Amino acid sequence: MNLSLLILIPLLTAIAILFCKGLKQVRVVALLGAVIQLFAAFFLLYAYSNERAAGNTSQMLFQDAYIWFKALKIDYHVGVDGISIAMILLTSFVVLAGILVSWRQERMSKEFFFLLILLSLGAYGFFISLDLFMLFFFLEIAVIPKFLLIGIWGSGKKEYSAMKLALMLMGGSALVFVGLLGLYFNSTFGGTTTFDLLQIAQMHIPVEVQKIFFPFIFIGFGIFGALFPFHTWVPDGHSSAPTAASMFLAGISMKLGGYGCLRVATYLMPEAAHYYSPVIIVLATIAIIYGAFATMMQKDLKYINAYSSVSHCGFVLLGIGMLTQTSINGAVMQMVSHGLMTALFFAAIGMIYDRTHTRMTVQLGGLLKIMPFISTVFVLAGLCSLGLPGLSGFVAEATVFMGSWQNADTLYRVATILSCASIVVTAVYILRAVGQAIMGPVNNTQYLSLPDAAWNEKIAATILVIGIVVIGIAPFLLSDLITPSTQTIIEHTFNNISFK
Amino acid sequence: MNTDFFILMKFELLVAVIIFVLIFIKLASNEWSTKAVLNVVNILLLTNFIAGFFLNHDGTLFGNMFSTTKLVELQKNILNLGTLIISAQAYTWLKNHKHVLEFYILLLSTLLGMFFMISSGNLLMFYLGLELSTIPLAAICNFDLEKRKSSEAAMKLIISSAFSSGLLLFGISLLYGATGTLNFSELPQHLNGNALQLFAFILLLAGFAFKISVVPFHLWTADVYEGSPVSVTSYLSVISKAAFLFVFVSVLYNVFKPLANTWFNMLMLLSILTMVVGNLFAIRQNNLKRFLAFSSITQMGFILVGISGSSQMGIASVIYFLLIYFFSNLGAFGVIAFVSASTGKETMDDYKGLYKTNPFLSWVLTISLFSLAGIPPTAGFFGKFFLIMAGAGKGNYVFITIAALNMIISLYYYLKVVKAIFMDANEQPIEKLPINTLPKLAMIVCITGIVSIGFIHPIYDYIYSLSFGL
Repeated sequence: MNLSLLILIPLLTAIAILFCKGLKQVRVVALLGAVIQLFAAFFLLYAYSNERAAGNTSQMLFQDAYIWFKALKIDYHVGVDGISIAMILLTSFVVLAGILVSWRQERMSKEFFFLLILLSLGAYGFFISLDLFMLFFFLEIAVIPKFLLIGIWGSGKKEYSAMKLALMLMGGSALVFVGLLGLYFNSTFGGTTTFDLLQIAQMHIPVEVQKIFFPFIFIGFGIFGALFPFHTWVPDGHSSAPTAASMFLAGISMKLGGYGCLRVATYLMPEAAHYYSPVIIVLATIAIIYGAFATMMQKDLKYINAYSSVSHCGFVLLGIGMLTQTSINGAVMQMVSHGLMTALFFAAIGMIYDRTHTRMTVQLGGLLKIMPFISTVFVLAGLCSLGLPGLSGFVAEATVFMGSWQNADTLYRVATILSCASIVVTAVYILRAVGQAIMGPVNNTQYLSLPDAAWNEKIAATILVIGIVVIGIAPFLLSDLITPSTQTIIEHTFNNISFK
Repeated sequence: MNTDFFILMKFELLVAVIIFVLIFIKLASNEWSTKAVLNVVNILLLTNFIAGFFLNHDGTLFGNMFSTTKLVELQKNILNLGTLIISAQAYTWLKNHKHVLEFYILLLSTLLGMFFMISSGNLLMFYLGLELSTIPLAAICNFDLEKRKSSEAAMKLIISSAFSSGLLLFGISLLYGATGTLNFSELPQHLNGNALQLFAFILLLAGFAFKISVVPFHLWTADVYEGSPVSVTSYLSVISKAAFLFVFVSVLYNVFKPLANTWFNMLMLLSILTMVVGNLFAIRQNNLKRFLAFSSITQMGFILVGISGSSQMGIASVIYFLLIYFFSNLGAFGVIAFVSASTGKETMDDYKGLYKTNPFLSWVLTISLFSLAGIPPTAGFFGKFFLIMAGAGKGNYVFITIAALNMIISLYYYLKVVKAIFMDANEQPIEKLPINTLPKLAMIVCITGIVSIGFIHPIYDYIYSLSFGL
């Protein structure tokens, strides 16, 4: 399969949207683009499995390379492995659901959908890039649409949140930028410097250099992935964003960070990854615990989900920091699971807010009686978040913990135990939110006349629920897909570390 | 006189011919309407730009006083393009102006001076070109004839220019005293870095720093930019700066090659100062012309990062960045010039809610600002990436990190304008403005350039193939 299609489809969709008139045309075009992209993603999965079944063991499949800036050795180089495919599938699910949720986006609909599609274009391009310049290019493409999405269509202190998010994320990408330049100028492949990810992986970057640039790249991507203490954009950004943007932000953007930490930082600089592993573990554990306790104090549903995202994304970084095969598997699964789950959560919150115009748990109540579908979805997302077996959250977090436990070091053990304990806190805030908002008597009798989910909202939620349940019941589908790829990364890490 | 003369001096001769044609029009007839003049001038400038692509040869004239290469010709044609775009954008302002012909005669004289300056192979020739480009420039700064601020700007420009020319001239004479020659090709052999030569170099550097408004020699910039008519401001900030940068790069790389270690450190210091001070002042500005003045100071800081890379990539990236900077800055100035000429409004508060009434102008301004901030997929991203990358080639990563973080600070104030346009509410936004064909065309050219240049990699490859390192 030609991977450039994955960039081309959103690009054409975005251009087509520019020529559309009115909400009706725009949303149909956007939906069409998202559906085609979903099919393309599934076809990619199918083609990939076929290739693997046929015994193709090369690390990256469907590679495609063209020379771009010849003088600087910058290439257009794409390729996928299991991890990228998992991320692409996740993105296409979330994009489709996001577009369906925004079906009635009356105000400036053309710009809204254009920016959504542009954001998804950045994410798709990011996940298939094998050239660091390209990767960085797409990373930044995925940032600025968020500024406009939050600033124009958001709610609350939207300008502040939009600016904070844009500056923090661009700050992160500036750090990544410096790190990438460091990698570039310290790489020598065939006598020249290169941005090619696979080529840099093959050579041995001096350990001293790695130690300098690993923090740049890891923190840079970490800011995207809510690394403590750079997570502060998450609550503000998520809570001010319009529903679809929140979904994209949590479901896609934060995954850019995790993926970058894994693919660029850990994979390219294995010694440094080991060297800094304790620091990452400590920060991730703090994020997990702090995120969980901070969520307990929240009364706004969006803030609840945003802070719990900090906690959940902590598991991703914890898994990456633990540097075992299982823990990295868990990290990737957690990325997928968290992406689907928060998108679902935000979708449900958005639906509730659209109807009741409040997100305060205390003002809501008894929603199950009024809007059973939305309430069920909300509860499902909550249960997934607190790690109920049978849903994806349990699988992912359990895998991270199992992987973490394989490290016998005291620090790692303590970190694992503390992180496990955070699950209890998660249960507290999720169950409390569900109890206050969904169960109990109807607090406000005006809500009694509110309608349940419309067809578009039902489809959007169903798509995401399917994802969560399938991964929860048949986790091997996902883990079989990613295991060979994480194995490559972890083997590469340990091969290089063998001198130790 | 042989054909070499005509071919090698093609750019200068063409501009000179246009100037004479305009003078003849002025002398021969008073009945030409302003619009007819404007159309004729723009057609002439377009022809001039197209002619710039043909018959380009390397060579020297007048005993090495005048030298030209493919790179120089490319630079001149970039300036031609910029002048054409500015002229098209000035349409709204000039159509009601009484002295259009004089404006263009002065404008093109400065362009001619810049061409001589870029082509110079000798410091004296360089100085001649510089003076030819500076004095008419001060005259056109004063072209909002009824505004006091405009004359004030012209006065400030002429005084600061004279001062910087003085510094340059002092440096040149010291250099002559220290080495016995002013010829670019002979100077490097005589440079050994003794105290007199270093002093001369510092004076020259200060002179250049004045012209390209590098901190701490930037103080004239904001006032002159604010007072001048917007089209002149954009000419100052784009064409004149680019011309000086072209010369600056070639002088540093060709003539002061032996002092490379010295000027690397100086450039680094100046660059950091320029980025930081430019950024900090830009944050506080409300007048968009002043805002763009400080933002262009910051951009100079980034350009110095690229120059300090002192490699083939460095020179190529600087020229590539300047090409992109032309489109980005002219796009932004185009909108501001148009709005200012139509309504007289120039502050950020006036632009609040612009998107509701003028979506086209809003997008042009937004995309231009994104390009200035270096956000993909605009060309500015590529320009800045390569610029900083060229700087990183030297291996000083503290410097590079400072530059990268300054990019974030600059993003803040660019986004502030975007926020005003798209997000802030305004009781009385700028009313819906009808846009003339020419300015609109110029804006579309800018946007097309911004969106496409990054992806058309042959442009960079071509510039790279013409460039040279230390």
